[in-house]
Amino acid sequence: MKKLSLPTVLFMTLATVFTGCKDQGDKSNGALTSNAAERVYVEPGQYDEFYAFLSGGFSGQMSVYGIPSGRLLKVVPVFSQDPEKGYGYNEETKPMLNTTHGFIPWDDTHHPDMSQTNGKLDGRWIFMNGNNTPRVARISLSTFETEEIMEIPNSAGNHNSAFVTENTEYVVAGTRFSVPIPQKDMPIKDYKGNFKASLSFLSVDQDSGEMDLSFQIRLPGFNYDLAHPGRDKSHGWIFITTYNTEEAHTLQEVNASQNDKDFIAAVNWKKAEEYIKEGKFKTEKAEYAHNIFDEDTHMATSTIKDEVRVLDASELPGLVYFLPTPKSPHGCDVDPTGEYIIGNGKLSADLTVHSFSKMLDAIENEKFDGEAYNIPILNFEDVLGGTVKQPGLGPLHTEFDGKGNAYTTFFISSEVVKWNVGTWEVLDRKPTYYSPGHLSIPGGNSQEPWGKYVLAMNKITKDRYLPTGPEMNHSAQLYDISGEKMELLSDFPTIGEPHYASMAPADLIAPNSKKIYKLSENKHPHAATSPADVRVERDGNEVHVYMTMVRSHLNPDNIEGIKVGDKVYFHLTNLEQDFDVPHGFAVIGAENAELLVMPGSTETLVWEPKKVGVWPFYCTDFCSALHQEMSGYIRVSPEGSNTELKWSLGEE
Amino acid sequence: MKKASLIMIIGSLLLLGLFKFPLWHIQLEAPQYPDPLGMHIFIEGIQGEEEFDIQNIDGLNHYIGMRTIPKPEEMWEFEVFPLVIIAMVVLGVLIGILGFIGKVGYNWFLGWFVLMSVLGVLGMYDFNAWLTDYGSNLDPNAIMKLTHPDGTPMTYSPPLLGHEKMLNFDVTSLPHTGAWMMFVGMSLTVVAFFVGRRKREKRA
Ligand SMILES: [Cu+2]
Repeated sequence: MKKLSLPTVLFMTLATVFTGCKDQGDKSNGALTSNAAERVYVEPGQYDEFYAFLSGGFSGQMSVYGIPSGRLLKVVPVFSQDPEKGYGYNEETKPMLNTTHGFIPWDDTHHPDMSQTNGKLDGRWIFMNGNNTPRVARISLSTFETEEIMEIPNSAGNHNSAFVTENTEYVVAGTRFSVPIPQKDMPIKDYKGNFKASLSFLSVDQDSGEMDLSFQIRLPGFNYDLAHPGRDKSHGWIFITTYNTEEAHTLQEVNASQNDKDFIAAVNWKKAEEYIKEGKFKTEKAEYAHNIFDEDTHMATSTIKDEVRVLDASELPGLVYFLPTPKSPHGCDVDPTGEYIIGNGKLSADLTVHSFSKMLDAIENEKFDGEAYNIPILNFEDVLGGTVKQPGLGPLHTEFDGKGNAYTTFFISSEVVKWNVGTWEVLDRKPTYYSPGHLSIPGGNSQEPWGKYVLAMNKITKDRYLPTGPEMNHSAQLYDISGEKMELLSDFPTIGEPHYASMAPADLIAPNSKKIYKLSENKHPHAATSPADVRVERDGNEVHVYMTMVRSHLNPDNIEGIKVGDKVYFHLTNLEQDFDVPHGFAVIGAENAELLVMPGSTETLVWEPKKVGVWPFYCTDFCSALHQEMSGYIRVSPEGSNTELKWSLGEE
Repeated sequence: MKKASLIMIIGSLLLLGLFKFPLWHIQLEAPQYPDPLGMHIFIEGIQGEEEFDIQNIDGLNHYIGMRTIPKPEEMWEFEVFPLVIIAMVVLGVLIGILGFIGKVGYNWFLGWFVLMSVLGVLGMYDFNAWLTDYGSNLDPNAIMKLTHPDGTPMTYSPPLLGHEKMLNFDVTSLPHTGAWMMFVGMSLTVVAFFVGRRKREKRA
């Protein structure tokens, strides 16, 4: 029997008091069914049924888990430097982290969203936001590498991102914070009416996946929190929760929580496309970085772009409508039919559900209840599809099982609640440990969910694992939702602060996963794809070492003629063409990281020797029985000496 | 004799399968290779079962000092074998046609089969000799030098036929599609011989 800590008891008492629910009084493992272990057990050598892609929050990364086992499969560096792989440290990937603010080696990732075709997950790419320095990344699901990062101009706090439309036409990125546009030096107290928000539409090339900042919509200076593109009948629209419609600029905890209702902004992006076609946009100066990693050259480039097309919602009718929604709504989720838009008012006792067809009807009949900055506000009653009465406290996010049910997380009462879309009746509830944010059902934000599991991502872990000092990893909890009642199956630790997860069946992803890079297709300008290419070249104080790696030697293994003050570029090409045989490279005193070079690819480490001597370098990834022998020496002579430049392998 | 001659022609033509399909297949299985490595031996050269299998087999073999898998130009066999096969096909078809128009008797069919069998046995002998040399003529500076319990140096010849355990690998060597087509073809020439003889006996 697990000991209950005081906070636990408090949490659970709160939950019980507020929700009046009986089964929350169970001991802290909940109603754990006896065969839960079997249902999450994946035999050695067997594969999980689903992939889960979790954002890493302040770790800036994305982690990949197998579901139902909860086994960590990989951590993909996205916005953060990763010494494990050399990402952001080697010359090839440094440009990925370039921004107009300079080199930013970290970010705060929240919402991974998978590409879709006809409203169904298609397993091509994952898009994910960088919240802090507004950016959107695209991660390839064949290489599991970050292939592209687009900085978002005129934006601040890129929280409302990255959301993918039904056919991956656009990745939509809204700003959480409003700011002066263009940025300028001005008093903060003049926020109201002067700060503005931007909603960015990044078009996606369907073959390469390459993004382009197609246009932005300028919006009033509220906070835009979360969004969900319409589906099926509501395709062509995107719905965004707002808060701080008060436009408070100080003590927002209180001052931004005054209005009884904030809005869900309904944005008609098909209309926006029409306006763009008609030339109703303004081209504004705006600098932003666009970084692309090329799979063939194994190199990234960063380009600074300088303008953006802007549509002003206050001046262009039919582009945006406001749906009043109680009360400081956070999550915004659209059901698989596209009819219902769920606004999770985080300070509201009820869940508000808007009806898309009622909304269209109200717009057609111009049933408006005023306007905000010239944008029509619809009548609450006219667009209301239904209300889930008193489901819990602090609703945040909702996903769908494809069987007509919705699952919502409640942060304050710390639970997942299952309810019916249409009858608005609460069907089941299960406690979480503790304080969940997002939850994820495979395909649960698409038109075709696989309603077998729900994964709740908790902000707090408390007593779930062996303590590890004041900080413990956040906990994810897996529930079986295939039956009428949810069943808790397991929980497992996660990396950073996972916000959202995109889950998809393994057979959608695994068959396309690349096993090697073909050496014959390696177009890296500094590749050495055969022993004949191995050489060392001096150009002033720059020395380029063209080195190959294969089990179990680095070629050359001895280099002489390097001097203090040189800048040595080690260009390493892994000649292996065998799945899962990377080689590493490390040299003493390197101020960046080591490298991890995949079969068939080339990576470059810069080393600036500061001390005279004969220094070893070696393979860091245990690659073969003779891995310990996979090493060599580099001789560093004093500055200005004339030691002959030479290199060798296997010579006496 | 017409029927027997047709069978003879078809039988000889089946040898052409050797130009499209592998003669032999050697598979290497080990725990760390969930997708086993494989070699297809064609009469014109050796190919990996998967694109990079040869490179990976070479990578493994270098530990024990084996030479790399030979390229077609490195072995005379890969030039001579196709010529021999073509010659035998032409000869077989010619005999068949001559039988069809009554210029030669069914004994020629058997004659072709015997010649082909002799050549086949020679081919197998050569192949086996190559395997033996390949697995035992090792680099004296090999990284790993293993000995049998009696102290004799270990050799690594893959079996000509069947399965053998080589270090951590399960090596299986079996005839492949090309060989089976050849066997069926050769059998047909024997059938042709018997069919031809029965016809003759009936007539007699
Ligand atoms: Cu290595």
